Amino acid sequence: MFGGFDYAVLERTMPLLWQGMLFTLQLTGLAICGGVFFGTLLALMRLSPFRPVSFFAASYVNFFRSLPLILVIFWFYFLVPKLLGRPIGGFHSVLIAFVMFEAAYYCEIIRAGIQSVTRAQVHAGYALGLTYGQTMRMIILPQAFRNMMPVLLTQSIIMFQDTSLVYVVGLKDFLTTADLISNRDNRPVELFIFAALVYFAICLIGSLAARRLQRTYAI
Amino acid sequence: MIEIRNVNKWYGQFHVLKDCSTSIAKGEVVVVCGHSGSGKCTLIKCVNGLEPFHQGAITVDGTSVGDKATNLSKLRSRIGMVFQNFELFPHMTVIRNITLSQVKVLGRSEAEAEERGRTLLKRVGLEDQAAKHPAQLSGGQQQRVAIARALAMDPIAMLFDEPTSALDPEMINEVLDVMVALAEDGMTMMVVTHEMGFAKKVADRVIFMDEGKIVEDTTTEEFFGTPRSDRAQLFLSKILSH
Repeated sequence: MFGGFDYAVLERTMPLLWQGMLFTLQLTGLAICGGVFFGTLLALMRLSPFRPVSFFAASYVNFFRSLPLILVIFWFYFLVPKLLGRPIGGFHSVLIAFVMFEAAYYCEIIRAGIQSVTRAQVHAGYALGLTYGQTMRMIILPQAFRNMMPVLLTQSIIMFQDTSLVYVVGLKDFLTTADLISNRDNRPVELFIFAALVYFAICLIGSLAARRLQRTYAI
Repeated sequence: MIEIRNVNKWYGQFHVLKDCSTSIAKGEVVVVCGHSGSGKCTLIKCVNGLEPFHQGAITVDGTSVGDKATNLSKLRSRIGMVFQNFELFPHMTVIRNITLSQVKVLGRSEAEAEERGRTLLKRVGLEDQAAKHPAQLSGGQQQRVAIARALAMDPIAMLFDEPTSALDPEMINEVLDVMVALAEDGMTMMVVTHEMGFAKKVADRVIFMDEGKIVEDTTTEEFFGTPRSDRAQLFLSKILSH
């Protein structure tokens, strides 16, 4: 099987593959930032004592968590330009899809993280005269993020793998690029093995970092 | 200074505070004691609005705590509070714990806040611990930092919620010494504690609570001399026997 393994095809197509990897990394990075930002907002809303607010956040989370990601990607790719009446570009539509989808998952992680910090810490902040916003920003969230860092990282690794789903709307991420090249040059074995190794290496590094963080911050 | 009038509070069906009334004058030291579950911790948390109450009124220095129009953050910044489990912020250094609210709430400059912080750390005997994190300190040291943190806001009164209950026995005194010094300086203090030695030494009055009611509210001499209620006598005999 490996008798005719052609390394040259990898070397030749490296610039193209790198392009694809850049797309994947960019999408992952931006989606993490957006997802964590909106996930934090959603988590604070879910914990709000004001019923309509927590109900809205809970509905949002339950709704997006019961949809397949691929469907959400389709949606934003085909429906949002229709709603807006103008095209928004493939990258932006999948980025919005990922941010909105991941926010639902990050929300649940962040909510658990906030709840892992004791109520008494909130009281300590209040007792010093800090407002709700100051207490959250300076006292609760820094501790919460520390506690949930390993889980956040794990979720982000899953999302990194899920970015390969953008092939359904024809965007050229790393895996799609590898697939296109394998069809064009008829070299599926080389390219898919290479792609698997790259995904494996990146995710391994990520989960080792997660485990290390877990050990550092374990109580 | 602190006025508590006919305060009632329920946790669901459970009537946790029953018609509690008392007042604490400026410079007075009042110890609140009672069995666990008697409502004493709930009462002290009502004073700075950390726990809401359903009926009655509490005013601190003329400001109503229960009033929706009251700026609670502003009121709380004038009342110091010390917690059972210290509640220092574990992700900040000792000095940052003390300067944070001075800068963010009182608007002091970092330098001013740090100078005040170091003075207070010296006062509680911890001036060399400023750069450490709370987890590197013993329980007694953490509680002294917590007292310094509360004092840094120049409070008009201090609330202590079982400040020594979570401490190992050998560390209780170092915290009580700080509190005694504070009382002798004329600070208005409301202290929930089981430390009857502390009560005898510095309290002007003792309040004894049982099942959500204030059963005794009398001078310290009278409380330890002739407590009137059976429950208070039973409580004292249990606590003083060891």
